[in-house]
Amino acid sequence: MTHLDSELKQIKQQVIEMMTLVRNQLAKGKNAVLTFDKDLVHEINANEKRVNAMELSIDRAIENTLALYTPVAVDLRFVMASFKISADLERIGDNAVGIAKYINHVNEQLTAADLDKIKFVEMYENALLMLENVFEAFEKEDTKLAREVFVKDKVLNKINLNAASITIQFIQQTPDKINNYLYLLSIIRKLERVGDLAKNIAEELIFYIEAKVLKHHKKK
Amino acid sequence: MQVLEKQQIMTGSQKLIEEKKTIIEARDVNVFYGHFQALKGINLTIKENSVTAFIGPSGCGKSTFLRCFNRMNDYIDEFCLDGEILIDNNKIYWNKIVVEELRKEVGMVFQKPNPFPKTIFENVAYGLKIHGIKDKTYIEEQVVKSLKDVALWDEVKDDLKKSALALSGGQQQRLCIARTLAVEPKIILMDEPTSALDPISTAKIEELLFDLKQKYTIVIVTHNMQQAARISDKTAFFYMGDLIEYDDTKTIFTNPKQEKTQNYITGRFG
Repeated sequence: MTHLDSELKQIKQQVIEMMTLVRNQLAKGKNAVLTFDKDLVHEINANEKRVNAMELSIDRAIENTLALYTPVAVDLRFVMASFKISADLERIGDNAVGIAKYINHVNEQLTAADLDKIKFVEMYENALLMLENVFEAFEKEDTKLAREVFVKDKVLNKINLNAASITIQFIQQTPDKINNYLYLLSIIRKLERVGDLAKNIAEELIFYIEAKVLKHHKKK
Repeated sequence: MQVLEKQQIMTGSQKLIEEKKTIIEARDVNVFYGHFQALKGINLTIKENSVTAFIGPSGCGKSTFLRCFNRMNDYIDEFCLDGEILIDNNKIYWNKIVVEELRKEVGMVFQKPNPFPKTIFENVAYGLKIHGIKDKTYIEEQVVKSLKDVALWDEVKDDLKKSALALSGGQQQRLCIARTLAVEPKIILMDEPTSALDPISTAKIEELLFDLKQKYTIVIVTHNMQQAARISDKTAFFYMGDLIEYDDTKTIFTNPKQEKTQNYITGRFG
């Protein structure tokens, strides 16, 4: 194994660790909303610092690798992709915190019927599945798996599109819960953003493995 | 699937090079040293006013190929070339070609600076004199111009009568380039011109190459991959006498098509 191989292996390991942590953060965010568990919110907040530290650590490793080993071709694409993926992961982590914080701002738990109507669980499960797909794809260097997120993202987009009108209905029916419903809409928006970030990671993976640029193209 | 392949994104400078005139053309070139085949059916064209880098492991044939362009291999007893090499559309291995005239058109700079044990002025003037030029004013003008072209003039203008051997390694190499430029060649061949130099002298030569390609076509053999990436427009990768891949340098170093090329440039060869 060359020095560069060893550096690249370490970067990959760090990105995989960050992926695992971010995925757990997002999953805990779902549980926090469903169970109204404020302790979980504290835990997510505390872990956010670890996510940020991991991003900085990956940035430093990448800076060193570029300066010391001047990678080219597939190695360079891997380093570039990892740099962007870690930034995407950090933003997914931010969204997980944003979702969990919701329960600090509302007085009571949302009903299962309301969550069901807006398809909260379905959207959340899809977002988590998208992350699992891209994370596994990164680990196995499997672009077929990475491409699966493009279809799943459409489900998220559709739920997000319908969420505004459903929220209006909620507010009209129960105006005194307007605060709760607006926060719920905000969660839906954050999940949609998570889907976009997962899609970005898939695009970076395809760039790294196949040297194809999918960014800003409608047909993937 | 509509996607942008990296090689499809052609920059302005790449387009300009493709539009330039072909100055060197190799057609099915095979080279033998006795029974050993050093080059196997090489086909390649080089555009004028460009920098082309030849890379590959030792013994891959890159220096042999470079030396074919000014018939430097003719001095090797068992050397035999099959195929055609054209410079400016002239077949240079045609038996009526005057090799001295060819070498005036196709200059060469070697790995180790090789100034003559003469003064700085005489070193640069040497090529002109052996080509029969006697006009002193013209010779002086050419010496000054060549030294300015290699950014050495300011450093040696007051010491033109000093021995060239007193110069530093980097200065000696720039002097050797000036000696090559003095006879106004069209093509400059460089065989690892910076491998014996320190990083600052290397940077000066690399900067020089960037300026020189406005007037000359440069073909360089280098073992320094990053140097090839920095200075060349096109890169050719050779392996065991085969030309494995020849493409825009940006493509070779970001998305090479051949696995052998990728393994070589990423240091995973073998």
